[in-house]
Amino acid sequence: MSRRFTPKVVTANDLLDGDVIYLTADDRWTRAHHEAELIEDEAHAQLRLLFAAGQPARVVGPYLAEARAGANGPEPTHFREAFRTRGPSNYPHGKQEAANV
Amino acid sequence: MYDYNAFDRAFLAERNAQFRHQVERRIDGSLTEDEFRPLRLMNGLYLQLHAYMLRICIPYGTLNPGQMRRFADVADRWDKGYGHFTTRQNIQLNWPKLKDVPDILDSLGEVGIHAIQTSGNTIRNTTADHFAGAAADEIEDPRPVAELIRQWSTDHAEFQFLPRKFKIAITGSPNDRAVTRAHDIGLRMVRRGDQVGFEVLVGGGLGRTPMLGAVIRDFLPKADLLPYLEAIVSTYNVMGRRDNKYKARIKITVFENGIDTFKAAVEERFGETRAQFSGVDQQILKGIEAQFAPPAFRNAPTEAFDAALAADPVFRAWADTNLTEHRAPGYAIVTVSLKAHGATPGDASSAQMRLLADLAERYGHSELRISHEQNVILPHVHKSDLPTIHAALAREGLATANVGLISDIIACPGMDYCALATARSIPVAQEIATHFRDIGLEQEIGALKIKISGCINACGHHHVGHIGILGLDRAGVENYQITLGGDHTETAAIGERAGPGFAYDQVVPAIERLLRAYLAQRAEPAETFIDAFRRLGPAPFKAALYPEEARDAA
Repeated sequence: MSRRFTPKVVTANDLLDGDVIYLTADDRWTRAHHEAELIEDEAHAQLRLLFAAGQPARVVGPYLAEARAGANGPEPTHFREAFRTRGPSNYPHGKQEAANV
Repeated sequence: MYDYNAFDRAFLAERNAQFRHQVERRIDGSLTEDEFRPLRLMNGLYLQLHAYMLRICIPYGTLNPGQMRRFADVADRWDKGYGHFTTRQNIQLNWPKLKDVPDILDSLGEVGIHAIQTSGNTIRNTTADHFAGAAADEIEDPRPVAELIRQWSTDHAEFQFLPRKFKIAITGSPNDRAVTRAHDIGLRMVRRGDQVGFEVLVGGGLGRTPMLGAVIRDFLPKADLLPYLEAIVSTYNVMGRRDNKYKARIKITVFENGIDTFKAAVEERFGETRAQFSGVDQQILKGIEAQFAPPAFRNAPTEAFDAALAADPVFRAWADTNLTEHRAPGYAIVTVSLKAHGATPGDASSAQMRLLADLAERYGHSELRISHEQNVILPHVHKSDLPTIHAALAREGLATANVGLISDIIACPGMDYCALATARSIPVAQEIATHFRDIGLEQEIGALKIKISGCINACGHHHVGHIGILGLDRAGVENYQITLGGDHTETAAIGERAGPGFAYDQVVPAIERLLRAYLAQRAEPAETFIDAFRRLGPAPFKAALYPEEARDAA
């Protein structure tokens, strides 16, 4: 029996600066995880991933990352994805530098 | 130090121009990521967790003040004002923008620095003893040979697409400070009669299948080095597995075929390669050796050093831990710790880099080294200058007296930066360092090597740490395995896993239990942790790590 599909967001790295980005429901790329489209249907997820993969001049390495619904939008469920939403532990660099998450 | 000639400079300029064009074509969409990726990796450019990362080569860990200043300038202009020195004696920039990388490489090229072969399945930067040319125990300076290997291996047409990456380390001293047994090829200078040659080790490596290298030649004449290296790498290129990247390193080739079979194949190939080396390599080596002539050491009194030792306990503590015996009378080797308590192991700010460059220029015969333990070395310092140097280092946060102690931790970037990592390394190292300082046990514990990796690839060398820590992902939670009894020196050993892993917040308490057990059971204060471990075996240390299991078994 196949595993039940769990919610996902489409994420990637920005081509020019490498920053972590997320695909929104209205086809934008955002740096804020909570603005991402939370995808709850597997077929739709595959379509959104194909849409992301079709933008090689904008993004690098798109993939589906586990997420869950939160009070202000999608939240990451795995610690790796949580780190990607803010930046490293040792300096206030990455997204936390701009304090936009 | 080796000074790049016109050929070297033209080669670098052309290579950088090629890469500039490739970056332009990636940005304008002419190249896909699949097409661009191998090209960027050939020039040291990775895409990591939060940003690009540029790994820049520091051949055999040697650099001059101008090169160190250029790192600082590049970090200020195109990055976030710091660089990260690695166990491969390289430096990494964690935040470059893709469009800036060609300018960074051009700027570095102006001072003879490049990022070629710092990635990819090719021969990587050859590492060397960081005390080379200065150590009192040295047979011969290995850096001219390392430079010869660099010239031979850079853009070597046959070895650009090996089964996997390939790492060579070389030491000129019987006391191994280059971790030669954990490299694909380890070279140890040895003397036989009046001739200096090499003991050649092959098939060492850490990662998911840690192995120590085996001797493939106990004495290789110097003149045979390049043809023999060519024979080894060529044989591996043919015999190495390409069906499974996890089994593609030469350690697996040697293990699966046996050292005798592999050696026979190498020796047969050597019969061919030897004839192809007409002696030009030895002429080139002579030219290189002339550029590594020892500096003009001065004969001067050392009273200022002796007086500072007697009068200043802070200076004395630093001298006790951070100085090493030099071959020249009145001189010392200074290890500048990049492990201030709570700092990121291996990181140096641009201000710190500039100070180190200034000190090397003024007091250190214009030489700097990067150690595989992520510290910076001033290899040639007259003792009378040490009080002045110490004071200057202290002003820039670089005078931590902890070399060889518990806070002198090797830590890979881990999941804070690395896309391959499965857990964080840096905050674990930071917490261990500050905790043992705060509870006042650092000096009491004495000589100890803790090494931390954030994934199974073992960039933090955890397998050869007296205490190794490996960060893993266990069901979506950071979890840390501890290994005991590893050794990176001439008595190299792979540490043994102690038992189940620990949650992130349980690592420091576990290490404290372990080390309190060591303090309670050591034979005398001079008995180091690793010596006590070898005498007592793992049982008392496992019991300290897992007190509940020990209690249940009682």
